[in-house]
Amino acid sequence: MKTFYWLVKREFWEHRGGFLWAPVITGGIFVLLNLMGIVTGEVLGASHGFRMNVFGGGSDMSRLVTALDQQSMNTVGAGLDLVMYSSTMIIGIVLGFVVFFYCLGALYDDRRDRSILFWKSLPVSDTATVLSKVAAATVVAPFITVVVGALTGLLMLLTFAIALSLHGVSVWHLLSLSHPLRVIANLIGSIPLYVLWALPAVGWLMLCSAWARSKPFLWAVAWPVGVGIVIGWFNLLGTVNVSNSWYWREVVARMLGSVFPGGWLREVHGIGGNNPAELLSSLGVLHTYSVMGSLNLWIGVAAAVAMLAGAIWFRRWRDDS
Amino acid sequence: MSAVISANGLSKRYKTTLALDQVSFQIERGRIVGLIGPNGAGKTTALKAILGLTDFSGELNVLGYDPRKQRDKLMGEVCFIADVAVLPRWIRVCEVVDFVANVHPRFDRAKCEAFLARTKLQPAQRVRQMSKGMIVQLHLALVMAIDAKLLILDEPTLGLDILYRKQFYQSLLEDYFDENKTIIVTTHQVEEVEHILTDLMFIRDGKIVLDADMDAVGERYIEVMVNSDKADAARALKPLDERQVFGKSIFLFDGVGRAQLEVLGETRRPSISDLFVATMKGTYA
Repeated sequence: MKTFYWLVKREFWEHRGGFLWAPVITGGIFVLLNLMGIVTGEVLGASHGFRMNVFGGGSDMSRLVTALDQQSMNTVGAGLDLVMYSSTMIIGIVLGFVVFFYCLGALYDDRRDRSILFWKSLPVSDTATVLSKVAAATVVAPFITVVVGALTGLLMLLTFAIALSLHGVSVWHLLSLSHPLRVIANLIGSIPLYVLWALPAVGWLMLCSAWARSKPFLWAVAWPVGVGIVIGWFNLLGTVNVSNSWYWREVVARMLGSVFPGGWLREVHGIGGNNPAELLSSLGVLHTYSVMGSLNLWIGVAAAVAMLAGAIWFRRWRDDS
Repeated sequence: MSAVISANGLSKRYKTTLALDQVSFQIERGRIVGLIGPNGAGKTTALKAILGLTDFSGELNVLGYDPRKQRDKLMGEVCFIADVAVLPRWIRVCEVVDFVANVHPRFDRAKCEAFLARTKLQPAQRVRQMSKGMIVQLHLALVMAIDAKLLILDEPTLGLDILYRKQFYQSLLEDYFDENKTIIVTTHQVEEVEHILTDLMFIRDGKIVLDADMDAVGERYIEVMVNSDKADAARALKPLDERQVFGKSIFLFDGVGRAQLEVLGETRRPSISDLFVATMKGTYA
């Protein structure tokens, strides 16, 4: 267990740029763009003589806030929660790219620069090595994403609050309508779903990474796409009856695209709603965990286990250093 | 049984070439074995087989383990330095010490830090910022702090200047080696290891062509410096090799009695490099 912890830590050391700085910088840019938006609004507003009483009538929004009925309060709260989610979603896209390329390089880069000979000179099994890389990709990276995303979201809310309070609007009451803890709980609760959903892609990319003698990216993409083209061709000839769209959606997209978070939502029924509050509650973990009942998810996990076993085998016996 | 390594009928075939051809040997505890051979003779393949890094056919037992099946356990007792390029370039000195300290049960952190204190290495320094010599110093500090039974060195001093090379072998002898440890070293810089080896193995085209301890080598191989008038008599004894120096001929004999040779001229023990060159004649032809 201690060895495993240090193996994962080593992955973090090596990929600090992708795992930590990429989310932090993305979050920073996100906040910065919003700040620029606020400042633009302020400057343009001032130069055109607008006041913040856009809601009409009153000199501040506190009247508006007190005037909200329960339904609108829910909507406002949900809107604020969405602001928090949005930062994590953007960082989540970055996470997808980071994990994709991390997995492709995980079992290849050290073979290319021969440092594998150093790692292999230590009493660590190849199984532990490969699994530590899987854990780094599917647990450590998304966890950092969630933490950075949530902090960015909170920072955004605070920024809005401060900007509005400069106009004499007391927004702290508004903020209290949001549910940051619930948002964070939902995001953290989604990590296990991410692990299960991303596994087939992680498994495939790592298999290519352990197997390829060169250019793992090309192999990882060329195989599934090539097979897809062949299937399409056979379909044209009418000789086999494999659905093209099924293959692209259930195989190619899962092998390459599942590292992007949120993909599992397509397996969940009843996402959406008539208002932001309903939408949010349909995205909550209490609802999305129904994906655990999806056969698709578990077939993917089973395929991933097989591919990771292959990756471990290649890691053990690939002899080209 | 005190054999650290025993190999029996070891063979390894790459696509077109036979890298190891029915090799059998034994290495005892407390020896320093030089595995010497021309490029492509199978040295590295033999070491890889011992380390379980490659598949092979035949029997091989290293410290009681089968390297093919029990690699993880074996690596707890074996250390390995390949040529200088293998430490990951991104890692820092403090990180690699931390890492090895926590995954290697036989690692002595204090010892490692004492070795590092003798060098110019800084804890925050990354491997990519180091010279080749410094990388080897770091690797050696890590390896010497591990209480291993077998140390395998594959061209450890390749590309180092003479100061680092001398220091490398000196540290190994003074601070590391004892009768419970065994070292196998391959190198082309034969002169530098000549004086520390206890055993010598020559490998050529996947076969062991010489496997003897240094005393036996000294008895079996004799170099004689012969004046030209006795050269024909020397040639009649079928020397392994002949070369001319300052108008005299130097003959290298294998298994000819010392008394018989002393009649011809001044005898001495051949250097390993001369012996190597004579043994490997025609390798690249």
